[in-house]
Amino acid sequence: MELCDYTIHELHEMMKRREITSRQITESVLSRIDQVENRIRAYITVLREEALEQASIIDQKLQRGEIPLTPLTGIPIAIKDLICTRGVLTTCAAKILHNFIPPYDATVIARLKQQNIVMIGKTNLDQFGMGSSTENSYYGITRNPWDLSRVPGGSSGGSAAAVIAGEAIGALGTDTGGSIRQPSSFCSTTGLKPTYGRVSRYGLIAYASSLDQIGPIAKDVTDCAILLNALSGYDPKDSTSVNLPTPDYTRALVPDITGLKIGIPEEYFIAGMDEEVEEKIWEAVRVLEKLGASYEKVSLPHTEYAVAAYYIIAPAEASSNLARYDGVKYGYRADTYTDLMDMYMTTRSQGFSPEVKRRIMLGTYSLSSGYYDAYYLKAQKVRTLIKRDFEEAFKKYDVLVAPVSPTPAFKIGEKTEDPLQMYLSDIFTIPINLAGVTALSIPCGFTKDGLPIGLQIIGKHFGEETILKVAYAFEQNTEHHKKKPPL
Amino acid sequence: MEVWEYGSVEVWECGGMAVWEKSYTSVPPYPHTSILPYFHTPPSLKMEYEAVIGLEVHTQLKTRSKIFCSCSTEFGAKPNHNTCPICQGMPGVLPVLNKQVVEFGIRTALAMNCTIADYSLFARKNYFYPDLPKAYQISQYELPLAQHGWIEIQVDGISKKIGVTRIHMEEDAGKSIHDENITGSKNYSFIDFNRCGVPLLEIVSEPDMRSPEEAREYLLKLKGILEYLEVSDCNMEEGSLRCDANISVRPKGSTKLGTKTEVKNMNSFKNVQKALEYEIARQIQILEEGGRIVQETRLWDVDQGVTRPMRSKEEAHDYRYFPEPDLVPLVIDKEWIEQIRKSLPELADARTARFISQYGIPEYDARVLTASKFVADYYENTVKLYPNPKVVSNWVMGDILRKLKEHEQADIRTCPITPQHLAGMLKLIEEGTISGKIAKVVFEDMYATGKMPEEIVKEKGLIQISDEKEVAAVVDRIIAANPETVAQYKAGKQKAFGFFVGEVMKATQGKANPQLVNKLLKEKLST
Ligand SMILES: [Zn+2]
Repeated sequence: MELCDYTIHELHEMMKRREITSRQITESVLSRIDQVENRIRAYITVLREEALEQASIIDQKLQRGEIPLTPLTGIPIAIKDLICTRGVLTTCAAKILHNFIPPYDATVIARLKQQNIVMIGKTNLDQFGMGSSTENSYYGITRNPWDLSRVPGGSSGGSAAAVIAGEAIGALGTDTGGSIRQPSSFCSTTGLKPTYGRVSRYGLIAYASSLDQIGPIAKDVTDCAILLNALSGYDPKDSTSVNLPTPDYTRALVPDITGLKIGIPEEYFIAGMDEEVEEKIWEAVRVLEKLGASYEKVSLPHTEYAVAAYYIIAPAEASSNLARYDGVKYGYRADTYTDLMDMYMTTRSQGFSPEVKRRIMLGTYSLSSGYYDAYYLKAQKVRTLIKRDFEEAFKKYDVLVAPVSPTPAFKIGEKTEDPLQMYLSDIFTIPINLAGVTALSIPCGFTKDGLPIGLQIIGKHFGEETILKVAYAFEQNTEHHKKKPPL
Repeated sequence: MEVWEYGSVEVWECGGMAVWEKSYTSVPPYPHTSILPYFHTPPSLKMEYEAVIGLEVHTQLKTRSKIFCSCSTEFGAKPNHNTCPICQGMPGVLPVLNKQVVEFGIRTALAMNCTIADYSLFARKNYFYPDLPKAYQISQYELPLAQHGWIEIQVDGISKKIGVTRIHMEEDAGKSIHDENITGSKNYSFIDFNRCGVPLLEIVSEPDMRSPEEAREYLLKLKGILEYLEVSDCNMEEGSLRCDANISVRPKGSTKLGTKTEVKNMNSFKNVQKALEYEIARQIQILEEGGRIVQETRLWDVDQGVTRPMRSKEEAHDYRYFPEPDLVPLVIDKEWIEQIRKSLPELADARTARFISQYGIPEYDARVLTASKFVADYYENTVKLYPNPKVVSNWVMGDILRKLKEHEQADIRTCPITPQHLAGMLKLIEEGTISGKIAKVVFEDMYATGKMPEEIVKEKGLIQISDEKEVAAVVDRIIAANPETVAQYKAGKQKAFGFFVGEVMKATQGKANPQLVNKLLKEKLST
């Protein structure tokens, strides 16, 4: 086993014992990138020299006792290319930002830098986070390390693929409608979408502001908790971040769930879902039951409207958030145009992918006068009902357990011609973003073809400790997270 | 290309913009009806029509930092000097509301008798424009900061309440600069984002005004309130007070509203009145000719003195308002409002009453003096130094305000004649050192040079001649030199007396004490 195959906490222990250096870990990760990246294409930017230099500096400072050895010190972390990194290309996988170098760090990046991580690179995604397969990138398709003919999921597909392939020890993703959990499920990583407001969005290039959250993608639950510790907390630069004390999430990791009440939302087991997925979910529930938890079916009656509401609200906000990319100030500008209006139109039609344009048009339409009440306002009302469904359920249950996606990773190109089919792959993750609650995806088995399946554990607002605890108990009693793709 | 300092970003030439921007000036000013030349001197409002006017006033708040970031709001900085990623709307950044802006908003709303919302929302107003970096403006739409207030105005001695529909907060946009001198080419434009994110209050009135005079009074009163509250500089020339108007006309007595037009781009008090007068006359003429008013947005063309329609393309906006997801709802604590209410300064109406009782000056004087906080401050400071309130009032209302108007310098705070200057001069008159007539000379000199009156009097030798012997000698000389006029006077021609006064003053360069001259002339001519 190479260093790049270890978890954050394992590497931290080895560093504590002075068995290894950050430089060695970084070199191991870079050599894995050399081996597999041309097949997977998880990255848009690999920070080869910068990472090595940073690792060396960290090693020197550690040796001189100038910095503390925190669990993340010297660990190579990959960043979804939707998060601003000062002085480092941040493209959103879009032509329109192909040359954008932010003059500032996102708050999460500043926080990781405080922990002296090594930034290893910027990972691929569906353009502006819009998509469920990472096929929709200006920089090409990322492939699923378990089966190169399949998608890694999206939109944080690059981050999930990089982590499971050993091209990074951990990664940051963003989740607007499932973009951390669904690729985690497809790639067999552990990914957590925090409660809305738990992690600052400052520096996250907005897709849909009221739904976006940054979260960790890692090899196991402990790593997830370590990363979440670093990311969480109030940020005066983000008015929507919540001023609540941040617990130490690693302290929640005790494998004891005796007396835990689990709700199984019956609306999440729909006709047409993959039989193997359903089977593995129930297997997982039985594991949790054996560990002392009890479960009941619960109804979240407004689930069926979630996808429709999401595809009103998210594009509406996106149409406004993406209007700033007009060729005037930064990014791509069309080469030839006749006047200002033509420059706007040519720049934008050349700079955005068809999927982004589709959502901008949807959003523009649903916000326009005469349609606002019928679409946007109604969708917001539905959203309130969905949130209430969860609040009701959490009066009775500690967590809800459900599949992440109706199917395992699908074939590249399989759904690109049919956007509605693609949208449905987020059907079990979208309601969580609409309600603003927290959820994670943890590996819970494989199909006969060797494709990973993820289990979704959903918690109430600021219930990250509980879902991490349940996930940890499950992980400690199963082996799925240890399986590596045959690369 | 000249290199500018751009703050933290380097930006942008934008081809084609100048062409696009300027093209609307080629639209014929008047496609809907012919304008007659007499419109250039607008007729007064005809008896049988009355105007219905509502004003939307944007005022720039003088907070030290911008509304959603900590950049300076200082006027006149180098282009893009006062900018950061947030006010430039760069990818990923988020707004954070400046508490001072809310406080200024609440102060203003309380002074205008509004109800403050305990829960208000920010919204996005979406539109593309090069100087709007996010392509949306954060403003308030539904659920504004405050609603349902009023301001009291006086026109021709009659008081009237004008309703204030709503007051809301928003951010300003930047400025496009189309300057061939910078690049030598028409095809380049520059954008200065310094003004981006500068806090604005929008104060929307009810359509309660019936004439341009009322609109002007409302605007003056509103400006006065903002000055008293010290929330805005209210400088129309620098754009810190901007005004748009909704206007319609209807037969007097009718309660039905006519079709309205919106007039924009009125950048001085004089222009507001002129634009309204023009627009009212235009609408009346159309109605008189049996035409129909087209509902549209019109621009006030200062140079030609006409309003003309904006291109329909410019006004065909669908702003797609929706609640700003990057800001949480604004929840205002009742206690905070009460705290602000207690800290409100004495406003114009209260000060008028106090001036009448404390200084014993007429109501008219008190109103004129207190209309502007700074004029009232000036008056009180002068009275402290020269405690004769009516004399000071006459000078401030008369010479000082006239002088400021002459020089188009609306701001008394930068007047070269300070209360010290004025009081000093009034003392010199009282002591008999200078005459009232000489005082006018001293006044002009003080304004021009900023020198103290004593200094001017000394330098120019303007001290009044009150020495009886000296004046008598001149009087004797004048009488001796004009025997014929003496005879006329003695024959009963009273006007001749004035001739002698004039001659004496001329001979003494105006310095002779007028009372003394009168006395001596009377004595000597009657012997
Ligand atoms: Zn700024």
